[in-house]
Amino acid sequence: MQRFPLQPADDDGPVFNAPWEAQAFSLVIALYEKGLFSWDEWASQLGEQIAIAQAEGDPDLGNTYYQHWMRALEKLVASKGLSSAEEIGEKARQWHQAYLNTPHGMPVKILSADD
Amino acid sequence: MSHDHAHTEPPSDIELRVKALESLLVEKGLVNPDALNTIIDTYENKVGPRNGAHVVAKAWTDAVFKSALMEDASEAVASLGYVGRQGEHLNVVENTPEIHNLVVCTLCSCYPWTVLGLPPVWYKSAPYRSRVVSDPRGVLEEFGTTLSDTVKIRVWDSTSEMRYLVLPMRPAGTERFSEEQLQDLVTRNSMIGVEQVRLPGVEDESN
Repeated sequence: MQRFPLQPADDDGPVFNAPWEAQAFSLVIALYEKGLFSWDEWASQLGEQIAIAQAEGDPDLGNTYYQHWMRALEKLVASKGLSSAEEIGEKARQWHQAYLNTPHGMPVKILSADD
Repeated sequence: MSHDHAHTEPPSDIELRVKALESLLVEKGLVNPDALNTIIDTYENKVGPRNGAHVVAKAWTDAVFKSALMEDASEAVASLGYVGRQGEHLNVVENTPEIHNLVVCTLCSCYPWTVLGLPPVWYKSAPYRSRVVSDPRGVLEEFGTTLSDTVKIRVWDSTSEMRYLVLPMRPAGTERFSEEQLQDLVTRNSMIGVEQVRLPGVEDESN
């Protein structure tokens, strides 16, 4: 698997600044390993997203890398018919509500969204 | 040590979207949560523990840094370039021959990821979270750490506002080690407090 020029990494591999970055990373690897897209497809989607962000003025110093990664993934899963942007937005809203409905320290479950 | 929020603070928008996409893909059977954990496990050791090891080795070799670290860990750690994004405070707790510190988050999985990376799976597990409080010595034994009965164990319960990093004891026989050499000895588990830092090949002297 090729490394991308701007991906935050050291000699041992990718470097993450927060758990969600690792989570987003693992989703791409898992879908790729399942054969749902080729690495080339992913690379070009990500490259496109980074180019868009740069054109919009993002200095792209590595700290926003996984934001681009996530946007690219959302687009790719939509174009592959795996999950639409609306669906993701709605699920994110449910998770948001679930957090608000869950006492601190209790495991957050999406079932709490409708309480 | 209190969890005083009535509800759980929702994460940022991007975190929610990652969570949303992950749950959708899992529901649709397109990804397997275990496979995701395996992928993350592969990488988690590459994230942060080295930041923490750097902090520990520097504290062992630089008295000025150590006193700054004990005074205000968030600021001392930030001076090395390790800055948390959630505004959480970091507190460093120092192991001594009399006191051994152990970190847990009994209620969820709060973790000082700026210095330690992603929490290991066992840290998030219910058995660890509950047993560390009821039977800390037993938990330490399971990690191969045997403490003398005279050593007091302090358990620190992390919250979303306060995270803890254990400053382990510097092993004997490392007086001539450089900061870099020391850094290589410091394990993630020693900074959570479930292990002590050892020189390779040296047995636990209390055994």
